[in-house]
Amino acid sequence: MLNEMIGLWIGAFLTLGIMSFLYKDNPWYKICEAIFIGISAGYWFASMWWQNLVAKLIDNLWPALVALGHGEIQYNLVYLVAAVLGVMMLLRLVPGVGWLSRWPIAVIVGATAGLQFINFLVSNGVKQIRNTIVPLFGPISDAGGIPPVQSWEEALGNVVILVGTFTGLVYFFFSKEHKGLFGGTAKVGTWFIMITFGASFGYTVMSRMSLFIGRLDFLVNDWVMVTLDFVGL
Amino acid sequence: MGYSVISGLRKSVPTCIIALTLLLGPSAFAQESPDTATVDSVFVSEAVESAASPRAAQLNVVQDSRGDAGGAISVKWFRSPDDGMGADNITGYEIFRSESPDGLFESVGFASRGRTSFEDATTVDGQTYYYYLATVSATGVSRSGVSAGARSSAQWLNTRDIDTLIIGFIICFSVIFFIYHAQKGKKLFLRKIAGLEAVDEAIGRATEMGRPILFIPGIQDLDNVQTVAGLTILGRIARTIADYDTKINMPVSRSIVMATARETIKQAYVAAGRPDAYSDDMVYYLTDEQFGYVAAVDGIMVREKPATCFYLGAFFAESLIMAETGNSIGAIQIAGTAMPSQLPFFIAACDYTLIGEELFAASAYLSDEPRQLGALKGQDVGKIIAMSVILVLCILFSVAAITESESILSLANTFKGWFSLS
Repeated sequence: MLNEMIGLWIGAFLTLGIMSFLYKDNPWYKICEAIFIGISAGYWFASMWWQNLVAKLIDNLWPALVALGHGEIQYNLVYLVAAVLGVMMLLRLVPGVGWLSRWPIAVIVGATAGLQFINFLVSNGVKQIRNTIVPLFGPISDAGGIPPVQSWEEALGNVVILVGTFTGLVYFFFSKEHKGLFGGTAKVGTWFIMITFGASFGYTVMSRMSLFIGRLDFLVNDWVMVTLDFVGL
Repeated sequence: MGYSVISGLRKSVPTCIIALTLLLGPSAFAQESPDTATVDSVFVSEAVESAASPRAAQLNVVQDSRGDAGGAISVKWFRSPDDGMGADNITGYEIFRSESPDGLFESVGFASRGRTSFEDATTVDGQTYYYYLATVSATGVSRSGVSAGARSSAQWLNTRDIDTLIIGFIICFSVIFFIYHAQKGKKLFLRKIAGLEAVDEAIGRATEMGRPILFIPGIQDLDNVQTVAGLTILGRIARTIADYDTKINMPVSRSIVMATARETIKQAYVAAGRPDAYSDDMVYYLTDEQFGYVAAVDGIMVREKPATCFYLGAFFAESLIMAETGNSIGAIQIAGTAMPSQLPFFIAACDYTLIGEELFAASAYLSDEPRQLGALKGQDVGKIIAMSVILVLCILFSVAAITESESILSLANTFKGWFSLS
C-alpha cells in the first residue's frame, strides 16, 4: 500500500506540474519537463538497443552470440548492408570522413520515396478514384447488376462525394491560376475541405476532452480518494 | 450477363503487359508443368456418392496462383448439377487438402453455392499438395476425386497489380516529360500559395526583431515522406536565414532527422558563402517520446520567444499544443502537414497553413528549380486523369442505371476494373 501511495503521489506531482504550464512557465514545470525528457530519452535508447540493434542486427549477423551456442544458428548477411550504412552514419563524428554519412541518408531518403510512391498511389490515388466512382441516379433495386441507389439520401450522398472530390482536386491543381470558373470550382473545393476539417476538429476535441477527463479521474479517484482512504478519512 | 464481357475485356490488360514481362526476363512467368494439374490427369479416386447426397461438383483445374508472390494455389471446379439447377439444394463447397494423395485431408476453406473457384493462400512454396472438393447440401455430402499434385511458387511480376503499374507509368512519364521541357527552358506556371509567399516575410520579421526562428520538422522519421518534404523546405529557409544572419533553433525527435537537418542547414550556409556561421548546435535532439518532445518544445518557446515558428512535417496530437503555445507568445506561425486530423488545429492556431499536397509542392515553389517544377506539373496531369476518370465513369454508371443498358454497364465496369486492388 505504501509503494502504491508513493507511485500515486509521484504521478500526481508530475501531472499537476505539467498542468501548471497552463498558468505560466515555472520551476515546477521545468522539473517535470526535465524528468519527462530524461526518462523518455533513456527509455527510447534502451528500446532502440533491444528492438533494433539486438533484435535486427546482432540477432542476424551474430546469432551465436545471442544464442550462446544453443539452438539453431542462421546467419542473415543481408543485414551487413544495414550495419555498414549504420557505421557510415556514425562517421560524421570523425573529422575528415564525415561526408560519408551522406550516403546512408541518401539511401534512406531514396528508398522512402520509392517505397512510398506505390503506397500513396494505391491508397491516395487508385483506391480513392475507385470509391468515388458511384452512380448518381439508379434503380431502387439491384437491376441488371447496377449498384442500387437505395434512397434519395444515398443519391444525394453520392453527388456530394463526387462534387467534393472533384472540386477538392481542382483546389490542389497548381499549374493554373484560380480565376474565373476554375477559381470558383476551387472555391467550392475549399468549402468542402473546410467543412471536413470542422467535423474533424470537433471529433478530435471530444477525444482530447476524454483524455483530460482521464487525468482528472486519476487525480480525484486515484490520488485524492486513495490518499484519504490511506489516512483513514 | 455483362460480366462475362467484362472478364473478357479485363483479360486484355494483362495480355498487353506480356511484352513488358518478356523484357523483364523469361522467368517472369514461372514454368507451367510442375505447378499445374488439369482434369485429364488429375483424379486418382472416384467421387463417393450416396442416394441422399447431391450430385458432386468435379474439379476443373488445380494450379499455382499466377502472378503472385507465392504461397497460394488456385482450385477451380465445375459446379454441381444441383447448384442453381436440378434439385438446386447445394449449400456450398468445402475444399480439402493433403500433402499426399492417400494421406489425411484437412479442410482449408468453404466456398458458397454458385462459386467455381477458391484460392488456398496457406501453402508453402515447393511443397506438393493434393485437393478434393466436398459438395455440401442439406441432405448430404458428395466428394470429388482427388487432384494430382500442385505446388505454389513465386513469379517475378505481380500481374494482379498491373493496373497500378500502368497508372504509375503514366504519372512517371508525365513527370519526366515536364521535367524535360522545364530543363529545356520552358517557363512553367505555378499558382501562388499564400503560406509560401509569407516565408520570406516571416524570416524578415525574426531578423528585425532579433529573435530566433523555430523550425519543427514533425515527430516522424525520414521514412515518412512529409518529413522529407519539411527538410526540403528547410534547405530553402536556411539559405535565407544564412543570408540574413538570423538564428535558427531546431529541436528534433529523431536522430536521423537531426543528422539530415544539420547537413541541410550546413549546405545552405556554404551556398550562402558563410560556412563559418554554421553551428551543429542549431539542430539538437531532445527525445523520441511524443509528449516529452512537446513539453520541451513548449518550454523552449516560452523561454526563447521565437519570432517565427515553422511546423512542416508529420504531426499527431502534439500539433495543437505547439501551435497554441506559439500563438500565445505572438510568433508568426507557418504550418504544413498532410495529416488530415491535425490540419484543422494548424488552420485554427497558425497564420498560414499548407494543406496536404501544398506541403509537397512547397519545395518546388520555393526553389523554382526546373526538375521540381516539372515534377509538380506532371502530378497535375495525374490529377486531370483522375478527375476525368471519376467524372466519365460516374456519368456512365448513371446512364447505365437509367437506361438499364448492359453494354454501357459492361463498359463502365471494365474501366472501373482498371482501378481494382489485389
